Amino acid sequence: MSSKLDVIDFGGGNIQSLFRCLDRLEIPYRVKSSQDLPDGSRPMILPGVGAFGAVMKSLEKNGLAERIKSLVEKQIPLLGVCVGLQVLFEESEESPGVPGLGLLPGRVVRFEAKKVPQIGWNRVTCTQGDELSQGYVYFVNSYHARPENGDHTWYEADYEGTFCAAVREQNVAAFQFHPEKSGLFGHRLIQEWHRRVS
Amino acid sequence: MLCRRIIPCLDVDNGRTVKGVKFQGLRDVGDPVELANAYQAQGADELMFLDISASHQGKETMLEVVDQVARDLMIPFSVGGGIRTIEDVHRTLRAGADKVSVNTAAVNRPELIREIAESCGSQCCVLAIDAQRRGDQWVVLTHGGRKDTGLNALEWARRGVEMGAGEILLTSWDQDGTLDGFDLNLTGTFARALSVPVIASGGAGGPHSFVEVFQKAHADAALAATIFHDGTYTVNSLKEAILKEADVPLRQERGTSL
Repeated sequence: MSSKLDVIDFGGGNIQSLFRCLDRLEIPYRVKSSQDLPDGSRPMILPGVGAFGAVMKSLEKNGLAERIKSLVEKQIPLLGVCVGLQVLFEESEESPGVPGLGLLPGRVVRFEAKKVPQIGWNRVTCTQGDELSQGYVYFVNSYHARPENGDHTWYEADYEGTFCAAVREQNVAAFQFHPEKSGLFGHRLIQEWHRRVS
Repeated sequence: MLCRRIIPCLDVDNGRTVKGVKFQGLRDVGDPVELANAYQAQGADELMFLDISASHQGKETMLEVVDQVARDLMIPFSVGGGIRTIEDVHRTLRAGADKVSVNTAAVNRPELIREIAESCGSQCCVLAIDAQRRGDQWVVLTHGGRKDTGLNALEWARRGVEMGAGEILLTSWDQDGTLDGFDLNLTGTFARALSVPVIASGGAGGPHSFVEVFQKAHADAALAATIFHDGTYTVNSLKEAILKEADVPLRQERGTSL
């Protein structure tokens, strides 16, 4: 079967679990990297685990970040996961002075909660009227995005206060949680995103 | 609101799931891959695998089990038992585990915790502590309970967190396998004192024991083996029974296949 997605591997985190998730969903994919830049022929997934600054540094190798930005401007769909959501924004409290991709206006801030990171299942609620209106997903995060434009929030959740759990604006979408570890609901989110961009 | 997690635990010996009381009198309770899938379908929030094989061959078999489990599992899972070096950690994560848990090896060489946190992130480093009551405190046991280290368990947990442990799996040696309920004093003391999630383990019985460990002891998660292996409860029937008794935030998911 020919591939339908490009997964961007910049060398950080456990990307295998996303591959296994796409295998379970029977969605074929290619792997792209700073050595083999995505060419815009397929929708892209940008998974990421690690610190904001370290992830941005890896993305900047060989013009990968610039390539992603220019493809997004050409309306190629992009799905960010975890830190892959955070780097879509302009900056993060985690790595002051390091600019993000800046595809969405806003910044990434640290949770003000008793236990940080948030680890575990939390209920997300859709704010954009999707059929997958609410469900439980698995989070591991100390930081979360604060979009400048509230309309960009796609799902929200509560961790000692409401926070943005997913964003969607035109061809850019992203999950702060790990859909690949979020049971049937998480898998359906990926399936549905894939259906829409195919 | 963050849900409290219910985590079935599978002790694996040479590729088979076993269960004993206080790690003694082990009996075979099934194929770990089949059990993992069954628990996922029942609504488990996460799974914990503990490899108790002594042999080198057993360790290799465990990595094959991890690989098989990772293909099917849509929820996070941890693997512990016999992880001594950062190479063991990498091999286990590469095989598909989301987290590793370390116990004896971390007591022997605490740097291991820092190495895991720096190389793979705190989120995949679970520090497992077997605690035994000693007066009004607890000491750390290692080697599956056979060795008394004399270490103060709470001090050890604090140090582990400072070094980068992302979660504490806290097993009450006094309660393990008894079905008498979790050690609320132990769990509550640690959950209040630590900035990372505490997974209560040892003594899981009926729904009431879960209500107590979540509400009175503020456990972030609770681990159980016997009640699930014996079929006394499925994860979902346990969750329903807990919700009948108390308002505990629990994940509920309907449906079992894609």
